Parts: sequence; C-alpha cells; structure tokens
Amino acid sequence: MSLVGARVLRKEDPNLITGNGQFVDDLQPTGCTSMVFVRSTEAHAKIRSIDTAEALALPGVLAVWTSANIAQLANCPGGLPGLDQPLLAKDVVRFVGEGVAVVVATDRYIAADAAELIIVDYEPLPAVASLSAAMAPGAVVLHEVLGGNTVHFQDFENPLDDVFAAAPRTASLHIVNNRCAPTPIEPNVCLADWGRSGLTLWAAFQAPHHLRNTIAQYFGIPQDSTRVVAPDVGGGFGAKINFVPEFFLTALLSKEVGRPVKYTQTRSECLVAMLHGRAQEHDASIAFDNDGRILALKLTVTQDQGAYPNGTGMGLPVLTTAMAAGCYRIPAVAISWRNVVTNTTPVAAYRGAGRPEASYTIERLIDLIADETGVDPVEVRRRNFIPVDAFPYATHSPLAMYDSGNFAGALDELLKYVKYDELKKEQEKRRQDPAAKLLGIGFASWLEIAGFGPPGSLEAFGHLASWESAQVRIQPDGSAIIFTGASPHGQGTVTTYAQIAADELGIDFDRISVKHGDTAVVPQGIGTMGSRAVAVGGEGVKTASGRVYENAKRIAAHLLEASAEDIIIEDEKFFVKGTPARSVPWSEVAWKSFQPLELPGGMEPGALDSTVFQQVPNFSFPSGAYCCVVEIDRETGAVNIVNMYLVDDCGTVINPLLVEGQVHGGVAQGIAQALFEHMLYDPSGVPRTSTLMDYLVPAASDLPGYVTGRTNTPNPSNTLGAKGVGESGSVGAPPAVVNAVVDALSHLGVKHIDMPVTPIKVWNILEGAK
Amino acid sequence: MIPAQFDYVEATSVADAIRLLAEHGDEAKLLAGGHSLIPLMKLRLVTPATLIDVTHIKELSYIKEDGNNIVIGALTRHRDVEQSELVKKHLPLVAHVAGEVGDPQVRNRGTIGGSLVHGDPAADLPAAALATGATMVIAGQNGERRIAAQDFFVDFLETAVQPGEILIAIEFPKHTNAGWAYEKFVRRAMDYAIVGVALQLGTKPGVALVNMSNKPHLAESASQAIAKGAAIGDVLAVINDNTNPPEDLNATVEYRQHLARVLTQRAFATASK
Repeated sequence: MSLVGARVLRKEDPNLITGNGQFVDDLQPTGCTSMVFVRSTEAHAKIRSIDTAEALALPGVLAVWTSANIAQLANCPGGLPGLDQPLLAKDVVRFVGEGVAVVVATDRYIAADAAELIIVDYEPLPAVASLSAAMAPGAVVLHEVLGGNTVHFQDFENPLDDVFAAAPRTASLHIVNNRCAPTPIEPNVCLADWGRSGLTLWAAFQAPHHLRNTIAQYFGIPQDSTRVVAPDVGGGFGAKINFVPEFFLTALLSKEVGRPVKYTQTRSECLVAMLHGRAQEHDASIAFDNDGRILALKLTVTQDQGAYPNGTGMGLPVLTTAMAAGCYRIPAVAISWRNVVTNTTPVAAYRGAGRPEASYTIERLIDLIADETGVDPVEVRRRNFIPVDAFPYATHSPLAMYDSGNFAGALDELLKYVKYDELKKEQEKRRQDPAAKLLGIGFASWLEIAGFGPPGSLEAFGHLASWESAQVRIQPDGSAIIFTGASPHGQGTVTTYAQIAADELGIDFDRISVKHGDTAVVPQGIGTMGSRAVAVGGEGVKTASGRVYENAKRIAAHLLEASAEDIIIEDEKFFVKGTPARSVPWSEVAWKSFQPLELPGGMEPGALDSTVFQQVPNFSFPSGAYCCVVEIDRETGAVNIVNMYLVDDCGTVINPLLVEGQVHGGVAQGIAQALFEHMLYDPSGVPRTSTLMDYLVPAASDLPGYVTGRTNTPNPSNTLGAKGVGESGSVGAPPAVVNAVVDALSHLGVKHIDMPVTPIKVWNILEGAK
Repeated sequence: MIPAQFDYVEATSVADAIRLLAEHGDEAKLLAGGHSLIPLMKLRLVTPATLIDVTHIKELSYIKEDGNNIVIGALTRHRDVEQSELVKKHLPLVAHVAGEVGDPQVRNRGTIGGSLVHGDPAADLPAAALATGATMVIAGQNGERRIAAQDFFVDFLETAVQPGEILIAIEFPKHTNAGWAYEKFVRRAMDYAIVGVALQLGTKPGVALVNMSNKPHLAESASQAIAKGAAIGDVLAVINDNTNPPEDLNATVEYRQHLARVLTQRAFATASK
C-alpha cells in the first residue's frame, strides 16, 4: 500500500503534545546567561547619549553594550548596502523597537532590571509613519544617502495608455494591503556559545544553513567550527528567515563573557522587532469589454519597506507584480513598483510573501468588473480563465511561467459544495427584510508561485543556492535515516518525508526517522520557505531513496543469485519475481551492505547511503477556488463568516491530514488579515497595536468551520507531482472574505473596503447609506 | 514581559492578610487569580514591592445561600460561579457573566473578588454586580463594612477598598425566576467587551454598561425607567445618560453609544423571552 496519499498521523506530535518538544528556550547549558535589549521608544530620533553606569553597577550584570562597543562591526546582514540596520542603533534610531543597547546578566530578571536603568537621551526628529507621509514633498529623509525615501522605482515599460483609452470600459481601485505582524507562537529566540572549539548558535530559524554560512562569513571564521542548530521551532511564517541583530550580538557577547548567552524575545518585542509583512498599496486599473472580458491590467505597487530595506522585502513587489494577472488570460499587463522607507518596523516575507497581495488585488478587480458589467462574478472568472490546454503559459513576467493548472475545474468543484443560486435568492430576500442580517457571497480563484527551487530563485534573496539536500542512509539493521536541509518549523516534514521514503525504499514508516536542523548533522541545506519543503526537499528524498533502493536491489540479487531486474519487494523482503520462496529481508541486505565480502562486484560499502542536492527546473503554481459566505449585522456592522468553502489544487498530496492542516492554518491567517489584524502606527510612528489586546490575532473560537475539497493537476517539474500548500490559504482567503463583504453591501453602492473589515468601518458605511 | 523584583508572602487567613497589608503598607498588592495584576506587572506598569498571596485562604472560596441573598466568597473562581447550581437558580445573570470572562484558562484561575476590586470599566463582572444590586463586604483592621456596588466603583481601576482592606465577599440579592440578559459586543470571543450590557429584570431591576465610562457604569436613569415599567423606547432614550465612553481603535464615542442602545434593546428582547 502506498503511504503517499495516506492520512498518516504526525511523528512529531507525541513529543509536542506531551510537552517534550525541545525549543531553544528550553535549553539551559551550564553557565547560561541572558541578554535583554533596550529598544527605541522613538520612531525617529538622534541619540544624544546613553548612560549605562547604573546598569553596569547592578550585581549580576556581566556586560552592557551600545553601538560604541561594536563600532568596528558591519551592519546586520541581509540589508541593502548603506541602508542596512546596525546591530545596535548608531547615533540615530529609525523605528520604535530598534535595538539601542543590550545587557547580559546572570539571569533574565537581572538583565531586565538593568535594561530599565539605562538612560537614553533622544533628540526627536520628525517621523514618517506611512507611505503617503514618506513620499510627501519635503518629508524628512530616513537615509541621507538616498536623498529621499524611495529606495527603488521600477517604471512601466509601457503604461498601456492607448489600450485603456480605446477600451469599452475601465475601472480602478486604490487598495491598501494591511501591514501584519507574523506573531508565531514562539518569538525570536537564540542561544550562542562561542568557546575554544568554535561557535554554536541555537536559533528559532527556518534556514539554519543559511544562518551558518552568513554568520561564519560575518565573523570571518571557518564554517567547520561554526554550527547552527534549529531544534523544534514554533512557527515562523517567513519571519524566521531574516537575519536579526540578536544572532550576532549573542555570539559576540558569548565570546566576551565566556559563557553561553541566550536571548528570548518577549511577546511585546515580537510585535515591533520581528519583521512585518504585507504593507503594500496598489493603484490598479483594469480595461474590459461589456461582456466582462479583460483587455488590460495596469498595476503600481508601493511597498513600505519600513526603516531598513532588506533583500526579502525588496523582493515582495517583484513577486506581487509577477503574479498580478492571477488565473487570467490578460492580453496586456503593465507593472510598476516602488520601494519606500518609513519610520516603522522593517518588512519582509510573511506567509505568502507578495502573492497574497497579488491575488487580493486581481480578485477584487474581477468582482469590480462583475459589478460594472452586471455579469455574475463566477461568470467573469470563467470568461477570463487561462484554459487547461494553454499550459505552459507565458505571462507578462519571466518569473511566472505557469506550468499547469485547471482553474475552471477547481471552480466547478467548488460550486458542487456551494449552493450558489439558493444563496443569491436568500441574499435578495434578506435585503428586503430590514430585520434580517445581510448576506454576502465572495469568490476567489487564486494562483500563487511556490516551490522555490529553480536555480537563481533563492540566490536572488542571498541564499547559497536553490536546491535542497537529502541524504538517505540505511542503518545496519535495515532502518533508515533521512537527513534534510529543509529544516521545518511546524510543517510535519518528519512525517511526509518518511511517507515518501517508505514508498520508495519498501521500509516500514515506523523504521524511518528524519533528522534536520543541525548543521553538524546535516552538512548542507537551504531551508523551509516559499512552500518548497515537499516540492523540492521531498523530491530530493524521493530521488535519494530511489538510488538507495536500486543498490539494495543489486545486493539482494547478488545474495539471491538472481538478476537485479527480477527483484521485487514486499513486507520488507526482497524476492525473485515468480519465486516467493526465495527471499532475503531488508535487514540482511542492510547488514551485508557494510560487508565487502557480501557485495556484488564493483560495489563498495556505503552503497546504501545517498546524498542528493535536488534541483527543479521551475517554480510550482498551486491554485484553487475559495468561496466565503458572510452575514453582516445591520445594527452593529459585525461581519460573521457563515461558511468557508475551499478547493485547493496543490498537485499530488503526500498526506491529506497535513494538507488540510496547512489549508486551515493559511486560511485562518487570511481571515485574520481580512477581518482582524492590522499593525497600526500613529503619525509620529508610535505603534498603536503594541500588545495582543490591540493586535487581534483570532483564536479558534473566532474562526468558522471549513469545507475542504481538492482537485489535482500534478506538478510537471518534479516526479512527485506535488506543488506545495503552505501558503495557499493566506493567498486565497483574503479576497474571498472581502469579496463576500463587498457583495453583501453592493446594493448600497459599495465597491471596495480596505482590510481589515472592522465592525466600525461597516457600521459607518451602513450609517452613511441611510 | 519580565516583572521587576518583588517579595512574596502568603496569607493564611483574612486576619493574616490584614496584618500583612498593615505590615507592608502601600507597596504591597494582594494576589488572587492574578489575571489582572500579573500582566500589569509583566509590562512593568505596576511594580509592587510585595505580593501578598491570598489564594490559599480557603475560607474565602464559597457560594452559600443566606436568606434573601446569595453570598459568594471573594476568592471563588469564575468557573465555580459559572457552574454553581445556586447561582444559576437565583442569579442566572451572574452565572452567565462569569462564563463570559476571558477564556477557559482565565475562568479557571480568575476570582470574582479580584475582578471586582480591579475596577476595570471594560470587565464583565462589575456590570453584573451593578445590575443585580450587589453589596461588597470589605474587611480591615476596624472590622467589616458593607458598601453597595454602585458606590464601590470610584474611578478608573479604583474602588472603595482602602489601603489595608480586603474585599472578602459579595452579597447578591436573589433574582429568582426573573428575566435577565447579558449582551457583549466583541471582535474576538476572548476579548474585553467593546460595549456590554447587563440587564436584570424582576422586582429589583437594573441595567449596567461595560466600557461606557471611566468606571463600571450603572445606568441609573434607565434602571429607574425599567423599575417604573417604562416602554423600551423610553429606556433606550436614557441608556446613555451620564456615560463617558472611551475612544479607541475599536470604537468612537458615537459608535459606542449606538452599540449601547442596540445591545440594550437586544438584552430586553432576550430577557423577556
């Protein structure tokens, strides 16, 4: 029986649900000390002076550092040269939450007490806390070297003025894609121990090898004595692929004080110091005919980079504009983008990273076309879908060569669950009844770019390469260990990889373990991001397992005095086809694989140990169709999701349980962005949502049940056929929810509402319509 | 998120707690369920020199019938109030509101006295105490004193409990077989109310509002109107009298006052069922 496709329970869970997981903060090596930050309370200010005398005098304090102590050091890696963030602010702070000083003490309480004693004298400067403020004439400039606040502007190649002028109809929207704080359940945590035998850094991180390569380079130390360990990691959502000052500061301070140094971010710090996501504004125009057929799309993305632009953040508008056309055949697409700095927390990848922004805008535009033409939103989608026979499909962007998909098929599947005609009648009935709640039905046919693996795709973000490593090693007893460079942070990789290997090797799932996250155990790797762990890393496991299996067959054939082509496997026994009496168990093959006298000619010990650096030729393109049904309380403006129907096409499914888990989680974050979460700043750059009482992360009780379904167009770029599913929900959910809300209010002339759709926003609209 | 240093002492009885309060003075804070105090300490918004832990005073955790009253010990957990057959029978509003506080973790830990004495205008239980006409029993060095709920709440996070005193019990007049409702408007189930309305009908009616003033708010004109048997429209016309609602990310003054009217109307509809 094939394990790929089976609902296998996670190998990870027995430890995690009994409290036996091991996260960085659980580690307490002998002599461990604690580091605490003093963070800027000002959005933009000159630092006149920092008085550390009282803090240094506190018993238990081992070190207090400001930028003066590390003046010779380079800025934090990952930024743009000249605009990068210092490890500790030098002379100027540029956002609330920027590190100004650090204290190391014998315990965390003393360190926090000492941090309170440090007096920073600020000379406040005017701050720009929004894109409009940063781009206004005469705005204060964050980085003098830029001369303004625009880091980069990519103009239209052709603004399509003639197409728009000639089009029967056009429509435009200004769309704000709200800034979100990733808020994983485990914040940033790291522990450094830099002793005589080298540097070991334990870090809650998605890409430990990336961190090892970078930190060794940063300090000019050899990689052979630099070890990074990401043990259990409590979520990352993209925020844990960014280099942050604490990695470098704990390492240096460990060397300085001669003891391990741990830093555990508080929840409050996490909201302002962990990098944010989204934070885009779109100016989108669409040209179409009277039947709702799209003629042209024009999109300008303005990306808020926060105070210090980084490589990932700069990549966001590139991905957004590449995916601007979504599932649709659009004859002419014009894209333009601008990256702008503001006095806010820097922005980088957050689950979906650029693609949710793209899908949100095109799906809002599709509904706008429906609204303008009177053609049903479902029909507008159908009229514009890229047809099944058009793949591979070249888009306006060289990045996005769509390789497969069946957008109409997913929508058909969705409509099997959604009683659309009944809902539309119900909607009309309720509109006539002032006591009834308003009903809204919203669709999103979404498409994203995932499976980051083709050569060059991650190098562009500063990674070593874009392959993923997989080593499959048979132990002498016939059990198997898989070593992967795709270090997970909640994905269930240990389970899915064992499923893939079990099928390829013919070894029992329970006798396959997966090791990851330690650069001393897995020498090379890239990491888990961009929905690549299965599409690239899992493919590597399949490739390496296949190579091991071929060699195992050769050994079995030698032992059975048969030809390798005639060997088959069943119940962990190798047989000669047609003669079931002659067999040799996997355990014997494994044992003898280490004994030169037992091996076939030309084979050496170690033949059942294979390492691959898996490459793939293209990105993958997961897609799907979602429908959200909302009710709106006319008196309070509250939006309640009644039903959420989700059809995902992630290609081949390795484990339906984990796919559903990823979809549920991604959709939860999508709903969160649509209805709840918004990292807000006041005009002076002070965060208004600086605790989890104001920054509203929804809980299970605030989310609906989901009806999930699937279609399958296999990924042609790997043999598994898997496309990735980690980010899908966050791409598809926001447009479905907002389209439903706008649909519920469309009889009042509402064309668009920016996220998050809060009760007061809706109430103001309802009041305005009276 | 890392509290400043403090000393910790454990009180074994009410008398012991009063003695410890006298000994440690203004710098001491009583620790009960900790669900208001500890978050404030972690944010270093409150830095008491000493915590006097009263959670082990068994004599303050009870629910009993006393003539026309139900008396609840100050250290009774929300969960126990919510589940109590006595409270459900005679004070269904209070039992229900106790089940609306925070989330299950909070309700298993937080205490009714702790919630009331914190005096948070956004909290649920103060409104229930006001609507039902509860009386607070406070103990101090000079013995016990009683104070009506509407005089108990003085200002933002400030109650009539004086330095050296401890709230020991709440006496609720029974509201057996009377209509009641609690309407709470939130964005997330676990949140403090953006606006809440606690309505008690019957012979001693009362209506109290959550998050509509600088302190837990008894809607006096509306309560009087209900007592006189006024029509719902007349109650709604005065429900916002003397309110002073805050403005925040969730609501403007105008929206809060609108919500107070809507929720009061809904409370009436529910209570009359």
